[in-house]
Amino acid sequence: MSMGRQAMHSAAPATDAAAGGPLATPGDRPPVLRVEDLRIRFPVNNGLETVKAVDGVDFEVRQGETFGVIGESGSGKTTIGRALVCLLQPTSGRILHDGVDPATLSRSAFRRRRRDYQIIFQDPNAALNPRMTILDSVMEPLRIAGEGDDAARRRAATEALVRVGLAPEAGVRYPHQLSGGQKQRVNIARVLTLRPRMIVCDEVVAALDVSIRGDVLNLFADLQREFGLTYVFITHDISVVSHISDRIAVTYLGKFLELGPADAVTEKPLHPYTQALLSAEPVPLPSSMRVNRRIMLEGEIPSPVSPPSGCRFRTRCPSAQTRCAAEEPAWRELRPDHWVACHFATPEGPPPPNA
Amino acid sequence: MTDIPAKLSFATGEGGQLAGGASVTGRMSAARSAAGAAPLLDVRDLSTAFLTSNGELPITRQISFSIRAGERVGLVGESGCGKSVTGLSLMRLLPPQTARVTGEARLAGQDLMTLSPRQMRAVRGRDVAMIFQEPMSALDPVFTVGEQIAEAYRVHFPVSRAEARQRAIAALAEVGIPAPERRYDEYPHQLSGGMRQRVMIAMALICEPKLIIADEPTTALDVTIQAQITDLLRSLSERTGAALIFITHDLGVVAETCTRMITMYAGEIVEDAPVDDALTRPRHPYTSGLLRSLPGLSARRGVLPSIPGRVPAPGRMPDGCRFRERCGYAIAGCEAAQALLPMAADHVARCWRARDLWLPGSVDDMAAGSPVAHNLAAATGEIRP
Repeated sequence: MSMGRQAMHSAAPATDAAAGGPLATPGDRPPVLRVEDLRIRFPVNNGLETVKAVDGVDFEVRQGETFGVIGESGSGKTTIGRALVCLLQPTSGRILHDGVDPATLSRSAFRRRRRDYQIIFQDPNAALNPRMTILDSVMEPLRIAGEGDDAARRRAATEALVRVGLAPEAGVRYPHQLSGGQKQRVNIARVLTLRPRMIVCDEVVAALDVSIRGDVLNLFADLQREFGLTYVFITHDISVVSHISDRIAVTYLGKFLELGPADAVTEKPLHPYTQALLSAEPVPLPSSMRVNRRIMLEGEIPSPVSPPSGCRFRTRCPSAQTRCAAEEPAWRELRPDHWVACHFATPEGPPPPNA
Repeated sequence: MTDIPAKLSFATGEGGQLAGGASVTGRMSAARSAAGAAPLLDVRDLSTAFLTSNGELPITRQISFSIRAGERVGLVGESGCGKSVTGLSLMRLLPPQTARVTGEARLAGQDLMTLSPRQMRAVRGRDVAMIFQEPMSALDPVFTVGEQIAEAYRVHFPVSRAEARQRAIAALAEVGIPAPERRYDEYPHQLSGGMRQRVMIAMALICEPKLIIADEPTTALDVTIQAQITDLLRSLSERTGAALIFITHDLGVVAETCTRMITMYAGEIVEDAPVDDALTRPRHPYTSGLLRSLPGLSARRGVLPSIPGRVPAPGRMPDGCRFRERCGYAIAGCEAAQALLPMAADHVARCWRARDLWLPGSVDDMAAGSPVAHNLAAATGEIRP
């Protein structure tokens, strides 16, 4: 067991290009977000058992990038997202915002800092109070942050509504009078008023229809350019995450199996699980262009209460060997900035499936 | 595809005799031999309106299509387009107090809309079965999954409990559930989402229906499980000859599962075509717009095409083409009523301009280095033969 921690420094880099390691950021500035050996556990069954929702992940999010987190249900991606904005306490490990651990801050200092780290949720309906007008909802974060007087807040909220593509008149409406896409724009506007540095986007387009999904994704991209935002984009949708992300982390049962540049992860994955995920994605292509080479994964995600020994993916892995049950794979950098947790992956790709 | 639906190869192996004895349930037995010539299901001008305190609210308008035995038809569209309502109307599952359904839906010659509730009960589950999106709410939590599957069989066939149990276990095995004897005695909450959906499919299949209506059966599932379920539905349909109406918003799922694609918009069918034709050369601007707005088909980090505006509300539908306010190709003349016009073999579209337009499908961007193209290469080049 390689101490569970995906230790960046102890792993042997496969290339010289990683001289500064993947953690190097330009200049001396600490990264916007740094996560060190994050573990989050939930007691279940009256405390008799423990769900290891997140079981040791390390990563950094760089200023201005979009960090995609992809995984199936039960992979721990949403738990990670909530922990990043301090909605959940880590069981162990640290989360550093600009180099500072918010858990060490005083209440008031934490409150001041919190506005820099925001989250947008999946369900645009549940995120808005049905009894508040849209404008009141958008002003609320500013009110809580104690910024400006009412007139200034009103101005800022109206500006934010216009910026996300809604008419100022939308402010006098109530959530039920808006469509799903419009409501999600309102949620984006709420967060924008605070001028955050980083936004966790948790399945933000999953509830939207295809024809408006594109609009909302375009809006995220525009706002990033305009305000220099950093995103952590959590989704189960490969096409969405690969479209918007700079880097992608693939989660499975509370751990990262692969982390690398978006192009590399989606085009030349290193982990057999990533490869299977990509091949399972239904593509709207005519039969003549589709070659049926789908890697069908057997079974389903095991319970996070008792994850498999060694490599967590081994129970479904088409390439599993005996070593996979005995030994947890190290977190290795097989290509520049491209990391994988698999004993048998090589810079050329995942191991071939067992005969 | 054979004309007569092949029997499910259940372990008990008595499907033939039992299906032959189905007349005891009072359903029609005519036209089974004529299935080759006539369509299995012929829907004509099926319209559904909800009855509200402000009068009738039209939801779908004059839905007409037909399905041959063994065909798998994807019914696609965005939320509110009427695809689920169409499925429920065909099953006569909308309560008459709140919905008025007009038109015809002939299953093997018999109009389902004119059947008495009692006659319809004999058809439901036996000739047409439905699979819903959320198996947890479709299954009864206080009965074992096996009992629920066996009940679906015993409603239609006079068999002993023991025999129904054997059939249910065979059905569980058929849908790929390991250790079916043990699973029979488990309750829905003991199964995962994917397993529950398999149970729903087993329940739908046990009476060997001629038509299965699946309403977003994979939407609540993870992508690797979704792949398992769509493969299962496709192979079962191929093996048993059951026709499938697959209601979904996911065009990728349709491409991989179905032989035909019907696109709905604002309560109307706007296009009906063989799936490959619809993907490569859609004839309706809405179908094309849907395909173009899929993020997997655009260059990474580029601007995603989208369809401006939103679907008009029911009851406030514009005259003529219902899509025209969002359509980039709309011109004067689109206010006129639109009919489904023939475009090519088996291909109709509700757009009077369709013959003059060359609309992009999902393939045009393939050369531009889109992620899907790369995914495809990744999925084909380096993986098992």
